[in-house]
Amino acid sequence: MGSRALAAFGLRFLLPVLAALVVGGLLLLAFGADPIGYYATVVERGLLSPIGLQASVTRSAPLLLIAAGLIVAFRAGLWNLGADGQFLLAAVFVAAVAPPLAGRVPHWLMLPAAFAVGAAVAALWSLVPALLKALEGVNEIVSTLMASFLGVSLANVLIKLPFNDPTTTVPQTATLAVDQRLARFPGTTVHWGVLLGLVAVIAVHLLLERTAFGLRLRVLGENPRAARHVGLPVRRLTVAAFALSAGLIGLAGAVEVLGVQGSLRADWNPAYGLLVVPLVFLARLNGWATIATVLFFAVLMIGGESAARRTGVPTYYLLVQVALMLLAFAAVRAVEARRGRG
Amino acid sequence: MSGAAPAAEPPAVVLKGLTRRFPGVLAADAVSLEIRAGEVHALLGENGAGKSTLIGLLSGLLQPDAGEIRVDGRPVTIASPRAARRLGIGTVHQKLLLVPSLTALENLLLGAPWWRPVDRRGALRRFEALRGLLAAAVPPDVPVGRLALGQQQQVEIMRALWHGERILLLDEPTAMLTPEGVRELAAVIGRLRAQGLAVVLITHKLGEAFDLADRVSVLRRGRVVGALSPAEVATLDRRAATARVIGWMFGRTEAQGGEVPLRPRPPVDRSGPPLLDLRMASVRGEAGEPALRDLSLRLWPGEVVGVAGVDGNGQTQLAEALAGQRPLSGGALILDGRDVSALGVAGRRAAGVRYLTDDRLGEGSVATLPLSLNLLLERIGQPPFWRRGLPQDRPIAENARHLIAAHDVRAPSEATPAGSLSGGNLQKLLLAREADPAARLLILNKPTTGLDLQATRRTRALIRAGGGTAGAALLVVSNELDELLETCDRIAVMEGGRICGIVDAGPGAEAAVGRLMLADRAA
Amino acid sequence: MEGLASPAFLAALLAGMVTAAVPLLLAGLGEQISEKAGVLNIGLEGMMLFGAYAGFWTAWQSGSFALGFAAGAAAGVATALVMALLCVRLALDQIVVGIGLTLAGEGATALLHHFQLSRSYPRLEAVATWPVPGLADLPVLGRAFFDRSPLVYLAVLLPFAILLVFRRLQFGLNLQAAGDRPAALDAAGVSVTATRTAAVLLTGGLAGLGGAYLSTVGAGLFVPFMTNGAGFIAIVLAMLARGRPLNVLWGALLFGLCLALTTAVQVAGLAVPTDVVQMLPFAAVLVVLVLFGRRAGLPAALGRPYRRGEE
Repeated sequence: MGSRALAAFGLRFLLPVLAALVVGGLLLLAFGADPIGYYATVVERGLLSPIGLQASVTRSAPLLLIAAGLIVAFRAGLWNLGADGQFLLAAVFVAAVAPPLAGRVPHWLMLPAAFAVGAAVAALWSLVPALLKALEGVNEIVSTLMASFLGVSLANVLIKLPFNDPTTTVPQTATLAVDQRLARFPGTTVHWGVLLGLVAVIAVHLLLERTAFGLRLRVLGENPRAARHVGLPVRRLTVAAFALSAGLIGLAGAVEVLGVQGSLRADWNPAYGLLVVPLVFLARLNGWATIATVLFFAVLMIGGESAARRTGVPTYYLLVQVALMLLAFAAVRAVEARRGRG
Repeated sequence: MSGAAPAAEPPAVVLKGLTRRFPGVLAADAVSLEIRAGEVHALLGENGAGKSTLIGLLSGLLQPDAGEIRVDGRPVTIASPRAARRLGIGTVHQKLLLVPSLTALENLLLGAPWWRPVDRRGALRRFEALRGLLAAAVPPDVPVGRLALGQQQQVEIMRALWHGERILLLDEPTAMLTPEGVRELAAVIGRLRAQGLAVVLITHKLGEAFDLADRVSVLRRGRVVGALSPAEVATLDRRAATARVIGWMFGRTEAQGGEVPLRPRPPVDRSGPPLLDLRMASVRGEAGEPALRDLSLRLWPGEVVGVAGVDGNGQTQLAEALAGQRPLSGGALILDGRDVSALGVAGRRAAGVRYLTDDRLGEGSVATLPLSLNLLLERIGQPPFWRRGLPQDRPIAENARHLIAAHDVRAPSEATPAGSLSGGNLQKLLLAREADPAARLLILNKPTTGLDLQATRRTRALIRAGGGTAGAALLVVSNELDELLETCDRIAVMEGGRICGIVDAGPGAEAAVGRLMLADRAA
Repeated sequence: MEGLASPAFLAALLAGMVTAAVPLLLAGLGEQISEKAGVLNIGLEGMMLFGAYAGFWTAWQSGSFALGFAAGAAAGVATALVMALLCVRLALDQIVVGIGLTLAGEGATALLHHFQLSRSYPRLEAVATWPVPGLADLPVLGRAFFDRSPLVYLAVLLPFAILLVFRRLQFGLNLQAAGDRPAALDAAGVSVTATRTAAVLLTGGLAGLGGAYLSTVGAGLFVPFMTNGAGFIAIVLAMLARGRPLNVLWGALLFGLCLALTTAVQVAGLAVPTDVVQMLPFAAVLVVLVLFGRRAGLPAALGRPYRRGEE
């Protein structure tokens, strides 16, 4: 990258992040907390400590998969805001299916089967909004949001009733034995789900940039009327894009269960769906940049969870940071557009 | 033409040295003009001559970079449309700016202070007065989107005069009107002139300028290159005046269209089966859009058929129905003996249909993609440009370079995004894409709008020569009758979603088409 | 099971329905105003949360519900100001900014709660009601509809007032033009930016007011994320209402009923997990979308920023 391109990248990417951190820091000051101390703890616990770094990398696994799913949808011009419901439902079914399967089937078969279940459940859950959009032109923002709320509640019902493990006091699914979960890299606590996440983001990027199918999705996203005019099968592409997007998000749910938790307890919703949206926009829907923003955010998350205990700044602050980054990104874009138009 | 009021007082509007630049183009170059009360002043010029820029400057949409505007003798700055109205300048734009879901009355009331209650009673009174003045037939309480184009234009003229404006700017007002409508408009202009208004008429049609105006100024590339005073307009005979104007517009005395000897078109062989057989086709329209009703049309190989008629009578719907973008709700489409009615766009394409749309940016191209990919939008995934889903860069680039050169598309390279092309070059790009030797039916929707003279001539010549196809049938939709007369073997006239008649090319065709366009207006 | 049909249960259910409906009604009407003018306001949830917190905190500190409502509305307007600046003035993507505002609302109010309320967990006393003489004594219906705080009556009258504004005030015409054909409004000499900004600010105020009602009257306390999707439901209500304020009223009541059923079921001691009942409103919306989706008539210029000369 030439120096001018580097400078441009710096401006577009680092400026919103810095602005968000600074404004957020001022907010913390107003609350009587110590922003420098907080950020120092975040960096120390999330990045510099070996345990923390591994935790951050582990945390990024589901986030990367969700990011991949969102990029596919957004670049096809579809607002898939139903990630939370797709994620949880996939996780629930994987949590329900994996333990019994693990007992009956060899490990190398159980894992792909479980992943397939996760992807399929999420893709199916996206079918109604996808068809509503493809066949009736119904705005997908509304339908995916509704399906998401429905999915989260449904997941809870499933955990509390049919999939409940009777042996535990807290409502949750049966636990998958540790040795049945995703293997970890030797000497670390990081499971190979992270690789899956990285591969997914890069694969999506290459799919969109360098394949015919990806080009069709991009045409649909950039100019839906042109897509119709040149004879692209718009309805089929819409459903396919949704299925692909939701499927990747479903893999995120699977990774969460198979890699980290081993089970799912009721009333747990990390709400990654909306959190990842700013990250992909900050990266301008580019695969490589997304990896950077997601890893950066994972550090903020893990460091923030540690810092919450130490400095008394709760993890809610993460939401504020991400929101500020998105708004700062929007402001930078406005300035660019102004300058571009002269 | 008709007698103009004597110019005793200072002119209503004076432009002095008005200049306006856009990136890469000098749209107005030290323009100096006078516009007088009680007089119709035509601004005549080609597409791109700067007429719209002048309208923009006078109506407050644009600001001049240099020069001065005087209204009633005083220098003014017209900073916004509101300021223009306050100065007494009313504008009727070429693209009608009415809110489709509001009634005519409500549209006219738009602009009153926001806190005021809607004064329907008072507005109705003013409405009736103007309706009388213009002798217009417009219902006040129907949503404007449901009115005919001519009626909408009348509402626009009312709006331009609502606050007692005395200077009226009309931008290409006859573009969407039937010959009957043009006559009505001429009567309206005459009545307004008699009331002492100053009327500025922007047009690219010579005949119209002479028929309607007292004074004519000719624009070319942003400059006033010639003018005819009222005396000259009244006394010069049509041919002499035309010759002078042509001389100014093109710097040479060659007449425009109709006098250049054209190679005669080869006679069409209609002995065999038709290539395109559209039988009793019906297409549903959306709200406010015409539907097609029991439309039948046959085209033979090698023939060029034009579709004339006022914009908005189903021409685009017909094109889209043939291309497969609109499903047929009745009837059938037989192409080369095969029933293709049920096929979508991709299927029709495979059967040999190509459609050059008039909406180049909106649906014809993807602005962010490079020219090379835009040229292949209809063939994504097909060999030799894609193999197993992966793009083959060399064939893609070579195909693009070849087409760009063959059609004279001016662009830095084939990797340039389509959005940075000028309108004319984008049109050439789309033509390069659709003018396929393998095509069986080539549909061209307004193929020369926005093109400069040279590109227009080139395109028309290409159409006459078969559109780059080998024995295909061509369907040309256009609202420029001379274009159709120049390029087509037959001309169909559409009105209200139906074909009301087909005229063979030749002497008397223009009159016959005009009669057809009139005949159904009585309904 | 027999408790379900008792008048006491019905009265409680209907009363709960109205309580749950008011925030949806206010936010939904606000969203409808924005959408009419062509702005899709996804940040409604954030505006409601800011209003909920500001309203609760002010009411708690000052002891006055009226001040609380005012503060809630003001907080909503302040949030909407950001939206107006970024989306109307600077023409940025409305959905992206809306998501940002929602996240900001969730995070900021949760933080505020942690730092200011989480030690004491204050609760407000029930608000004073204005019983309608005569009607308030009706069995079942009286307590639910005619013995409420003044804001409820105002909220129910609001759709009619807005209808009047839409039809009888020039501002209403401006709104419709801004959403249908902004270039025409501009040509008429009215600022599209000012019209859309006014619409967005009104939306913020109403959403903030709705949030304030939710926290001060509906719950009597503030809990992080307490709107729980109400803002998004309000967006759906506005979209399905097809430009008619009264439709927002009916939709809000319907949703309010579903939400009230959650508590009612718990009170009646049924063994159905609340999650099942919570699914009802969202499932209902999806069913409505499947049945009537195509006919949701949204303004043509919805979601598209306006730039002069770009038509």
